[in-house]
Amino acid sequence: MQGVVERESFLSEHSMVEIAREIEIPAADVYGTATFYSFLETKPTGKFIIRVCKTITCAMKGKTQVLFAIQDMLKIKMGDTTPDKRFTLLETNCLGWCHKAPAMLVNDDVYTELTPEKVRDILTKYMDKNGNFHN
Amino acid sequence: MSKKVNLTINGFPVEIETGKTILEAADSQGITIPTLCYHKDLCVAGNCRVCIVEVTGQKRLSAACATPCEEGMEILTNSLKVRNSRKHIIELLLTEHNADCTKCYRNGNCELQTLASEYKIMTQDFIELVPLKKYSIDAYSPSIMKDDSKCIRCQRCVRTCAELQGVNALTVAHKGDEMKITTFLEKHMRDVVCTNCGQCINHCPTGALVEKNYIEEVWEAIANPKKHVVVQTAPAVRVGLGEELGLPPGTRVTGKMVAALKRLGFDSVLDTDFTADLTIMEEGTELLTRLKKALVDKDETVDLPMATSCSPGWIKYIEHMYPEYLGNLSTCKSPQQMFGALAKTYYAKARNIEPDNIVSVSIMPCTAKKFEAWRPEMHDSGYRDVDYVLTTRELAILIKQAGLDFEKIEPVKYDRLMGDSTGAGVIFGATGGVMEAALRTVYEIVTGREVPFDNLDITPVRGMEGVREASIKIENPVEDWAFLDGVELKCAVAHGLVNAKTVMESVKSGKADYHFIEFMACPGGCLGGGGQPIPTNPEIRKKRAEAIYAEDSSLTIRKSHENPEVLKLYKDFLKEPLGEVSHHLLHTKYTKRQRY
Ligand code: SF4
Ligand code: SF4
Ligand code: SF4
Ligand code: FES
Repeated sequence: MQGVVERESFLSEHSMVEIAREIEIPAADVYGTATFYSFLETKPTGKFIIRVCKTITCAMKGKTQVLFAIQDMLKIKMGDTTPDKRFTLLETNCLGWCHKAPAMLVNDDVYTELTPEKVRDILTKYMDKNGNFHN
Repeated sequence: MSKKVNLTINGFPVEIETGKTILEAADSQGITIPTLCYHKDLCVAGNCRVCIVEVTGQKRLSAACATPCEEGMEILTNSLKVRNSRKHIIELLLTEHNADCTKCYRNGNCELQTLASEYKIMTQDFIELVPLKKYSIDAYSPSIMKDDSKCIRCQRCVRTCAELQGVNALTVAHKGDEMKITTFLEKHMRDVVCTNCGQCINHCPTGALVEKNYIEEVWEAIANPKKHVVVQTAPAVRVGLGEELGLPPGTRVTGKMVAALKRLGFDSVLDTDFTADLTIMEEGTELLTRLKKALVDKDETVDLPMATSCSPGWIKYIEHMYPEYLGNLSTCKSPQQMFGALAKTYYAKARNIEPDNIVSVSIMPCTAKKFEAWRPEMHDSGYRDVDYVLTTRELAILIKQAGLDFEKIEPVKYDRLMGDSTGAGVIFGATGGVMEAALRTVYEIVTGREVPFDNLDITPVRGMEGVREASIKIENPVEDWAFLDGVELKCAVAHGLVNAKTVMESVKSGKADYHFIEFMACPGGCLGGGGQPIPTNPEIRKKRAEAIYAEDSSLTIRKSHENPEVLKLYKDFLKEPLGEVSHHLLHTKYTKRQRY
């Protein structure tokens, strides 16, 4: 499943059915397994997947403000993808960066000790050169 | 001799066979330890923890359902520590539970409600989490409703669908506080491989999975003076209904049920057993026709073994899982649908009623029948053949709403025209019954003699073994069937879809050389159906089965081809089995569906 996600960025209905057929297990169980792992997405995602840690340490260190900043900047809610398919905003379980909370991932890159200001700078880096997301 | 262990429960000595759990040991002493995720039909999950007990010397409390007894154990089932922990566990379950019992379908028969009431959970020490959850309700299936806000995630449904049915329509998805029971891609139940068998409903301790009920629709039809409301009752209902109305399992209530239906205001109370007998006439003839084509005409395209088609859960299962074998299914409709097609044609004509004004209701031990009645091909009368399907449980609700005292009600007989039933029709309600009824008739057609079993009881096809085989040798047939002389008719019976799978795999691999196979979606056959009273478990199924066979023995006519009203139906209307009218009204076709 990880292989499919690396290639196609998410597990489509089609690939899950293929996996079920291939290893002869029920499709429902493929889905159940996929949803158990935060990094196996079952919905189409954007080019950059932002995963914000949802664990308590991050929450205590101001995750909510950071999240507001991201949502405000990208104009999407948790779980959504921007209309230009550039960003997807998701939650994830503990990233193991509690000592430098709050933390988030953008694809495979970790960013820690986030503040609303910092997160704006980071996301700006990922925005497209034509300035799709200026406010 | 099995080995025994000695232990104490609440200070009293207990001797029990090795391998038994603490739960079973307590039960043997008349001590009930509360359970939620445990069910006698299923393997142990040990996830709800309400069955915790104290084992002296151990710091942690143990789950009684999952802990085997050991020599010298000292078990406390009701210590202060156990009580307090258990109470906390129930309270925690309730924080996530949408406990509006008064508006819940399972109000009055709910394991969570019973526990909460036993432990008198009246205060709230934990934060209510229900408003924070994004629970959803799926009410799109004609058979089943799923309400996640009532789910305690005990996974009995998931295990039922996997272990008993081998369907795996349900799974556990997500984790932690977001964990939920759902389907592939969280689709609606009607859009996945679900067979509508309702076994998950029957095994669910709460109101999270319930049947789609049509109670109000039926009351409305009864209240409408323009409508003539006919009702049919399936064989297994008469041995289950009593349980919902305070009688012990295995009580036969046929006559009382008929009387109650009349008092509810149905215009005509008729019997699905009548069309069960009709099914035998059609299906038996179909089997003989197939055998003739295969053996005499050496036609290699004939699909054998022939499989029965009266269980709609099984039909949907084979449509999904073995679509390449649809040709092996008998083309006969189920007794319910044969009845429906005749109600708005034969019956309407004989009674001189506009079919448009007939409302046809059926009482079934089954939730898949709701889906079956809804199938687009079930309109051969020119109308929807069966308008509303109620389960045994829903009928009990009607009876209670009408305030009828079931115990006092005097039994009466079914109405005429489609109300005659034989012992053969009755045993359709038990696993092996369709096979037995078919053999009683087919053997006699072919040889002119009764089946060579004491008292017509074909015991090899009876019982609760998941797959049973039987064969019967045909000797000295009458002239028409001379080609069957010496042929050994090989049969198999499977109940519970996981056993159906076993048989289908052996057919697929070419290992099985059966001629005729009976398949029933539910464990025990219809008497263990998804629409039967809750609880249903191995002992209760056994009692209902005994009642079915007792009903069979009590009837004077016990062979389908001797049902007087069936004979009249052929004389006046259908002419002959597999004839033109039969073809139009009583036979059907199937749809290939996706396995994933
Ligand atoms: S499922 Fe049981 S406890 Fe929950 S609301 Fe329904 S009756 Fe009450
Ligand atoms: S739907 Fe019912 S059986 Fe299934 S997990 Fe929920 S409460 Fe248990
Ligand atoms: S109705 Fe039957 S097939 Fe469908 S989910 Fe429930 S147990 Fe599985
Ligand atoms: S009944 Fe024992 S853990 Fe649920």
